[in-house]
Amino acid sequence: MTTGAETEGLRPGPEAGPPGLDTAAGGLLDQRSGVENPAGRGNPAGRGNPAGRVARNERIETKARQTPRGARELQVWAYGALGLAAIVIVWELYKLLAPADGVVIGGLRVLPRTTDLAMPHIWDMLARLFEPVTRAEGAAPLWAAVGAGALVTLGIAAVGWLVGLVVGVGLALVMLRWRLAEWGLLPWIILSQTVPLIAFAPIVRSWGSKIQIGGFEWADWMSVALIASYLAFFPIAIGALRGLQSPDVIHTELMRSYGIGWWRTLVKLRVPASVPYLLPALRLGAANAVIGAVVAEVSTGLQGGLGRILIQYAGQASGDPAKAWGPIFGAIVLGLVVAGSIALLGVFLKNYRRVEVNA
Amino acid sequence: MNQAQHGAPSQTTADAVTVTGVDKTFDTRSGQVHALQGINLTVKAGEFVSLIGPSGCGKSTLMRIIADLDQPTAGSVAVFGKSAGQARLDQDYGIAFQQAGLLPWRTVAANVGLPLELHGVGSAARAARVAELLSMVGLTEFADRYPDQLSGGMQQRVAIARSLAESPSLLLMDEPFGALDEMTRERMQTELVRICAETQAAVVFVTHSIPEAVYLSDRVVVMSARPGRIQEIVPMRLDGERTESLREDTRYFEMITAVREALHGGNPGGGIATGGLATGSVAASAPVRGAETR
Ligand SMILES: Nc1ncnc2c1ncn2[C@@H]1O[C@H](COP(=O)(O)OP(=O)(O)OP(=O)(O)O)[C@@H](O)[C@H]1O
Ligand SMILES: [Mg+2]
Repeated sequence: MTTGAETEGLRPGPEAGPPGLDTAAGGLLDQRSGVENPAGRGNPAGRGNPAGRVARNERIETKARQTPRGARELQVWAYGALGLAAIVIVWELYKLLAPADGVVIGGLRVLPRTTDLAMPHIWDMLARLFEPVTRAEGAAPLWAAVGAGALVTLGIAAVGWLVGLVVGVGLALVMLRWRLAEWGLLPWIILSQTVPLIAFAPIVRSWGSKIQIGGFEWADWMSVALIASYLAFFPIAIGALRGLQSPDVIHTELMRSYGIGWWRTLVKLRVPASVPYLLPALRLGAANAVIGAVVAEVSTGLQGGLGRILIQYAGQASGDPAKAWGPIFGAIVLGLVVAGSIALLGVFLKNYRRVEVNA
Repeated sequence: MNQAQHGAPSQTTADAVTVTGVDKTFDTRSGQVHALQGINLTVKAGEFVSLIGPSGCGKSTLMRIIADLDQPTAGSVAVFGKSAGQARLDQDYGIAFQQAGLLPWRTVAANVGLPLELHGVGSAARAARVAELLSMVGLTEFADRYPDQLSGGMQQRVAIARSLAESPSLLLMDEPFGALDEMTRERMQTELVRICAETQAAVVFVTHSIPEAVYLSDRVVVMSARPGRIQEIVPMRLDGERTESLREDTRYFEMITAVREALHGGNPGGGIATGGLATGSVAASAPVRGAETR
């Protein structure tokens, strides 16, 4: 009886946000991140199974639903490998077939040169990783130097991500608890991302250097972590808020009928329900933290991280073109490690993502 | 099996629900909606009462007010002699909605055990009670499944088991079988009758189906819309066993006719809509809905 559902729809749910803002934030988030809206939630018709399916069918149903899931994951990996192979092939084919000076139309070079200086062979880049960084005696191989830099950056990005997580979830909780806070805070949170803090990295660093509270002294890496957290907190705050607000009225009313308070409803209902929204937000936040850390390292000139190595080796590219690609590979691996960690988190939380499966 | 509560509800205990002069108006953008007006209703302990009426006549609203999920604009509600709010905090009632409303990340067993868990029942006692409830609704083998692995009817049975978890003396059910096919529905009705007989619970049952109301109830409350009022309370004289054979009994058909006539009488302008409703057709609620928006 669809009329019942319609009546439910008429009721302004207690957790419906301010209409304009909510969509604005949602739209922003969707564009930036593709944080998927787990379809089927809040839509009684779309949830569960069509009525009247008899129990007999269930065993088959269950299997039929699980197989595509495993296959889908395999497919993702296959697509990834295929894409990588395609890039390598296109790179080498272009290098082989295009003129050495690239393609120039009307004095404009629309396609790059194919010399070894501009486009080293993929295998040269890979081989370079295993050669020493410099010609000096006992120098470490390039991959070790890049790896050490990537670890430093990873550490800074992780700190930034954690700070972003705490701040983002904290803001989401405040906005969840007080409607007024949502009205007051959400526009500022969205506006905050229009301030390109990353461009002011050197200024942030110089502010930081003035901070000294008791025995605590602001280190340069903290400025980088701060910028990383600034980029990370936004998707986390928005994703957490949407996730915490996602339970249907029927669920919140059930909790009310059990006579439990706001905190226990939060722990038993809202937090578990937020997982499908939170995971993509965490992934996006982590990616943002890595980008923020690398770029902030570049612009503040912080020693030791991947950003610095990137600039340094690029400066040496005229003499050693393949070397500049080392830190680029390092950055790619760093991104994969971060994305993989979040994916692992998703595996541990897989029962909380069942809505996604259901959708 | 004890079927006594269908015939003669015990007079010694306090009434399960007493609704006195309840009005409910909603303030909406397009003005006030008069959902309920002058509702007086008493449900005795162990009694099964159905609410029936055209769509939008306030059945769900009345049930939500009894459950303290909504407040009446005027009048008062007592549940076992206490205020509705106190009864909610004391867990005097169990509730089941039209949708199952299971938590998707919990197994069937964990969903059924949720109210017990929230109210501090130890895990051993909880497991025993959950096993008992699951066998009652015939889902023992599905204890470790997740809701998305169940059919709609099975999910609904889990929700019913959950509403029974704390052996409430009052059950509030809002079209719990609305999403089920006719066969599952009849089986669930039979199960509900059996469960009520076992637990001696009073039931307030919202439905759109006249046969369902007649089959299950001691009394059927017929409501009319705009404003929602109690049109008539039809006592069912079907004392005796609620068995499958009752569905073919002449008294059963007489009672169906009685309820249908009460529904017709209550809505002079809306003959088509109530006529449709009387046959149990879902489509019939559309014209009623349409009228509402005018
Ligand atoms: N939160 C609300 N705000 C405004 N109007 C409401 C609200 N809840 C219910 N109503 C209105 O109150 C009236 C009664 O609604 P109710 O849900 O109780 O009807 P019902 O009898 O349960 O209908 P159905 O059989 O379709 O479920 C309807 O006109 C509905 O539009
Ligand atoms: Mg209703």
